[in-house]
Amino acid sequence: MIETIRAAFVIARRDFTAIIFSKSFFFFLLGPLFPIGIAVAAGGLGAQVSQDIDSPVIGVAMSAAESDRLLAAHAHLSGSLGTRALPELFVLDDFSGREDDIIATLHSEKSLTAIVTGSLAAPVLTGSERDVQRWQGKIALLAETALAQPAPVEIRTTFVEQTSSSSERNQLLTAQAGQAILILLTMILAGMVLSNLVEEKTNKIIEILAAAIPMDAIFLGKLFAMLGMALVGITVWSTMGLSVALLVGGNWAALPSPAVGWPLFCLLLILYFSMAYLLLGSLFLGIGAMATTVREVQTLSMPVTMGQLLVFFLAYSSITKLGEPVEWFAVLFPFSSPFAMIARAAQMDNIWQHGLALVWQAVFTIIIIRFSVMLFRRNVMKSGQAARKNGLLARITGK
Amino acid sequence: MRATQSELAIEARNIVKRFDGETAVDGINLTIGRGSIFGILGPNGAGKTTTLRMLLGIIDPDEGERFLLGSPDPISMAHQVGYLPEERGLYQSMKAYDAIAFMGALRGLPLAEGRKRGRRMMEEHGLGDAADKQIRQLSKGMAQTVQLLGTLVHEPDLIILDEPFSGLDALNQGKLERLIRAQADKGVTVIFSTHVIAHAERLCEEIAIVADGKIPFRGKVSAARDRLRPQVHLETRNLEGPWRSAIPPDCQPLGHNWHFTLPETGVEPLLHALVEGGAGIESLSIERPGLHDAFVQIAGEAVARRMDADAAEDDGDPAA
Repeated sequence: MIETIRAAFVIARRDFTAIIFSKSFFFFLLGPLFPIGIAVAAGGLGAQVSQDIDSPVIGVAMSAAESDRLLAAHAHLSGSLGTRALPELFVLDDFSGREDDIIATLHSEKSLTAIVTGSLAAPVLTGSERDVQRWQGKIALLAETALAQPAPVEIRTTFVEQTSSSSERNQLLTAQAGQAILILLTMILAGMVLSNLVEEKTNKIIEILAAAIPMDAIFLGKLFAMLGMALVGITVWSTMGLSVALLVGGNWAALPSPAVGWPLFCLLLILYFSMAYLLLGSLFLGIGAMATTVREVQTLSMPVTMGQLLVFFLAYSSITKLGEPVEWFAVLFPFSSPFAMIARAAQMDNIWQHGLALVWQAVFTIIIIRFSVMLFRRNVMKSGQAARKNGLLARITGK
Repeated sequence: MRATQSELAIEARNIVKRFDGETAVDGINLTIGRGSIFGILGPNGAGKTTTLRMLLGIIDPDEGERFLLGSPDPISMAHQVGYLPEERGLYQSMKAYDAIAFMGALRGLPLAEGRKRGRRMMEEHGLGDAADKQIRQLSKGMAQTVQLLGTLVHEPDLIILDEPFSGLDALNQGKLERLIRAQADKGVTVIFSTHVIAHAERLCEEIAIVADGKIPFRGKVSAARDRLRPQVHLETRNLEGPWRSAIPPDCQPLGHNWHFTLPETGVEPLLHALVEGGAGIESLSIERPGLHDAFVQIAGEAVARRMDADAAEDDGDPAA
């Protein structure tokens, strides 16, 4: 065992330094900036489009007095509901109110969504069917308010620490956020392990390694090197993220606290990420080890990503079903266990279950590694014709 | 488990390996003592590499047992073993001295010590200037030397080389032969596989011939040769006479030249009969059979032809 750990360290050190000191690692660290940049740009663009679509202007063609009362009601309600809750009003002066005029104005004034005519007691809204259906309620509310002329009422507010309902809701949000972070990081990073043995096989170093150290040590070393690289990346990214958040001045007190508390939750986040990485990574490494070329690895990437998504969906769907069979299944199924358990850490305060879960996940990682090693030794380490004639599927199945 | 007391470097008991239903190694028994140069001789595909891989613990036999330096768990003895596989490979981005140190570290040598030794060994082999170069910047021959040095850096008791001469030019083959002898002089056991009989003949005290997954011969090179009688090459002035009774009756002359196996009675009675019988000897030579002849006799004509073809292919002869 000690020899296996020593040998795994030799492999991990070689791989880790080879990755960290390569030029491509810099681009790896920059990697998340691209989707963030795209998301920010797309979000801004989407918000602009949404604002353009959701800011309708309703033309008002009533008597001057009633138009003023409608505008006053609009100002009054905007103060309570917010400006975006109501359509903008635009008073049409010297407007005949005839149907043909209304239609002509709607066609010529592209900024107008609809026109309200008649009186406050009997308003008439003219526009496309979709717009009329969408805004008639708001126009009715404005007309009712204008007619009633309500006096402003001031609400006194009293805050309590937390209600049980709000606490549960907040912890659910933390569970979702924790799981989303875990899923995102695992999705980005674990797939990289798939091609991890290809270098050794294409460079024909694998035989030197296999003759010198236990194959388990090769797999373990490679996994831990990649985990180390992933943790370096996460440290850099989170440091950058926190720095930006501090500069922007986020409201930290508003973050809903997880059931186990923030320090333990953060520790569990790291531990469960590591376990998720090792579990999926060991499986990917085992599958990838059967591939002899980069092309075969690329072929494997898609089904492997789909498998990952299924696991993520299972874990995600179980967040709101704490204690139900589906959630227990997600907790016990090794590949979804880290994701389900981080959701539990946000919602349940008992700690012992995390120890058990981590041990269970570690045991299963070892089982996968041993199985992968067995397959590798049996189906890949051949010589001569036997090594060349089989395809990928035959190497995996051993047939 | 570190059972280092065994007198045997290698012991294989009836090991069998099958791939996809085909038997690659078919019940091989092999013992190799410590402190010798041992050659495993056979054509490509005979089962040499698979046998070595089983002995080293890279793969497990389907049947039988194997012991490396007395241990049934070969990987546990890796610290005392150096192995150069047939398919050479190194991490391309590593510096040469670091690659040597890494190979030593795999077998238990501290990395810092390995780096020191790596630089020193490269100096000793005239590659000092290349020590800080990346492997991808080295020539093929230099990279092969680096890998060989990596095999030796941890000063193993047993060195196993799979087709070590393959791909080397004549100059480097000579260097490698000297290096193997130097290791053997230090008491290191060297086992190598080859399909070039000349290397085995020059270097080995003992050999095993592998053909079709079996070992039809294992013993001293001289014992292999002794399985064949010496060959007589005779040129006479006369074609007939009483001396004819001294040579085998089925031997036919090629002009005035006769080639036949030396009779069991030996050289002196033959010589006496030829002189007394009036053969008129123009020339006479008696040649001891080479290992190649012994190989043909042991493994069969077809296997020998395959091996000759492999060797010619190695030398880049397209006609082979």
